Amino acid sequence: MANDRETIMAKVRGALAPLKGRARMPDYDGGIELARKRANAADPMAEFAERLGAVNGEVVADPAALAATLRTRGWTRGYCDPALWPRIGPHFGADFTVETRFDRSRVDDYQFGITRGAGAIAETGTIILNDATTSSRLGALASWAHVAVISRGSLYSDLSEAVAALGQDPNVVWCTGPSKTADVEGILIEGVHGPGAQIALFVD
Amino acid sequence: MRTQPIDQAAAALPAETRAAVYGGSKVQHEKGRKLLFDHYGDPNRLRKLAGEIKRHVVENLDTLLPAVEARLMANGATVHWAATAEAACEAVHSILKARGATKLVKSKTMVSEEIGLADYLEKRGIEALETDLGEFIVQLDHDQPSHIIAPIRHKNRRQIAELFERNGLGAYDDEPAVITKRARQFLRHKYLGADAGLTGANFVVAESGRIVVVTNEGNSRFCLAATRCHIALVGIEKILPRDRDLALFLNLLARSATAQQLSVYNEFILGPRAPGQPDGPEETHVVLVDNGRTEVLASECRDILRCIRCGACLNVCPVYRQAGGHAYRSVYPGPVGAVLSPLLLGKRFPEKADLPKASSLCGACNEVCPVNIPIPDLLLRLRDRAHVEGVPSPGTPPMGMWALLATRPAAWRAALAGGRILNLLPTRLIPIPALRAWQLKRDLPPWRGGKFRKWLKMRRKQQGRGQSRPQ
Repeated sequence: MANDRETIMAKVRGALAPLKGRARMPDYDGGIELARKRANAADPMAEFAERLGAVNGEVVADPAALAATLRTRGWTRGYCDPALWPRIGPHFGADFTVETRFDRSRVDDYQFGITRGAGAIAETGTIILNDATTSSRLGALASWAHVAVISRGSLYSDLSEAVAALGQDPNVVWCTGPSKTADVEGILIEGVHGPGAQIALFVD
Repeated sequence: MRTQPIDQAAAALPAETRAAVYGGSKVQHEKGRKLLFDHYGDPNRLRKLAGEIKRHVVENLDTLLPAVEARLMANGATVHWAATAEAACEAVHSILKARGATKLVKSKTMVSEEIGLADYLEKRGIEALETDLGEFIVQLDHDQPSHIIAPIRHKNRRQIAELFERNGLGAYDDEPAVITKRARQFLRHKYLGADAGLTGANFVVAESGRIVVVTNEGNSRFCLAATRCHIALVGIEKILPRDRDLALFLNLLARSATAQQLSVYNEFILGPRAPGQPDGPEETHVVLVDNGRTEVLASECRDILRCIRCGACLNVCPVYRQAGGHAYRSVYPGPVGAVLSPLLLGKRFPEKADLPKASSLCGACNEVCPVNIPIPDLLLRLRDRAHVEGVPSPGTPPMGMWALLATRPAAWRAALAGGRILNLLPTRLIPIPALRAWQLKRDLPPWRGGKFRKWLKMRRKQQGRGQSRPQ
């Protein structure tokens, strides 16, 4: 493979050598990709809720509302980040069975997973997860519903701001609504491999 | 009359398939265009800018590639280089062998199709399972994808339901929600039982070494949550210079590929999982694949290496809509494939030299391209190359007489004037069979050969006078 590196680099250099000049990196204003109409840009929280709603996700107001929402849908078995449970658990009734360790051998037993989100993006309704804040990648992915608990202070306005905040976490994933596909006849189906429902809960 | 290979493929396409391809492509194109123009006052500015950035990348690969390599290694990834398809397959195989891995889950990557990875591994006793719903169906059916983004655009729900029934995935049910649910149930246990996960990369950032993987289904995320080893197959042209360029490119990619503001999953990977994270890879491998790209770089068509594989040019192309993806006999179909596929063959270029002719040169592919690739120009260059190299071109109408006239001004003028005889000639007596057949079905306007030249001469004379007039 060391040989392949030399082969490839020699061919790249050979291919580019005859060029009289090289295209320069264009200097552009970071705002150019944002030059578009945004209805709710003045109120990021409202914009986030509206954009997440547009991709069939939802925002719940507080832990009690979350418990009520899950109960209404019949989702009573789930996983929760052990660090979050002391704060959220008191709002959940005895009808819930919640584990704080995700057991991958029983992946189908979890109807919901509650994990921390590292942030959110208002312009797209995106939830940001990373390794530092997610207690279990599978816990946030494999259940039918995912609940991201996000600190109000980490709502970014747009993609540029969120890109600037990527940092050094080895794995950041932006999730915008439920997992989906349109592979079969172009018909939209939600819940392919990841969650079929995406819920955001903001806390102070 | 003999026709070109792509015409033959289009003619042989079942009506059902043509309807699926035509309808799907049209709807996708119109939705994407609406989204772009609804959101942006001047979307052309965005795609031209993105095109300039990628052009910079292509023309500076000699410095960007070593930069990417250094960043990847600093982040804890292992970098492998593969000059050929075989070398790339071997690289993946040896990574798996070193870990004693026998089960691989794959998310969608065009490079893996290009190098024939799944077959290569299956022959060596390694299960290599596609997890993208469309690719999974293609693999189950021993079929080929027909679109870069929508691999089963050529299939309908009934065919899929029958396929699932034959393969023990449940009794016949052609409801798309049921099909999807059955794949979900089957595949999640496959991820959890796999030893390694393989993805492509939509972008790799030179300044940070960030590998960016974009999906809607979440299958690449599942590969990266359930397995202990991540292998990313990356074409050497996939580089972006800086993190901040991602905002622009992710915006354009989602809109152009699937008519979304943003794809559902955008994953940014620096290396193995963080300490304390229970799920995800402890090893990250990046295989940088050439497989003909450096030949493209050395050619007059290097602009095609800007491509971000969104598939927008397929959706808009009148030829693709009629012929479908399989007609291109290549991993990359449509306008981008008509340029890229023959070039990637290197010395075997003549085998696919007919593909650049499968275009009316209408220019729609260039207009929708998020990185502004001048595809029609590149198609013309490849037609020229085929002509210069003397590649036989079965099915092309004979143009010898026209060429004779078009290269001799005096003969051309004489022909234009002489053509007036057609106005007097009864249709039945037209001496050229093709022209006679044409005329029997249609009324052409009267021959006015030479009128334009006269008009132009007159106009020049008048303009000349206009300029000399004192102000």
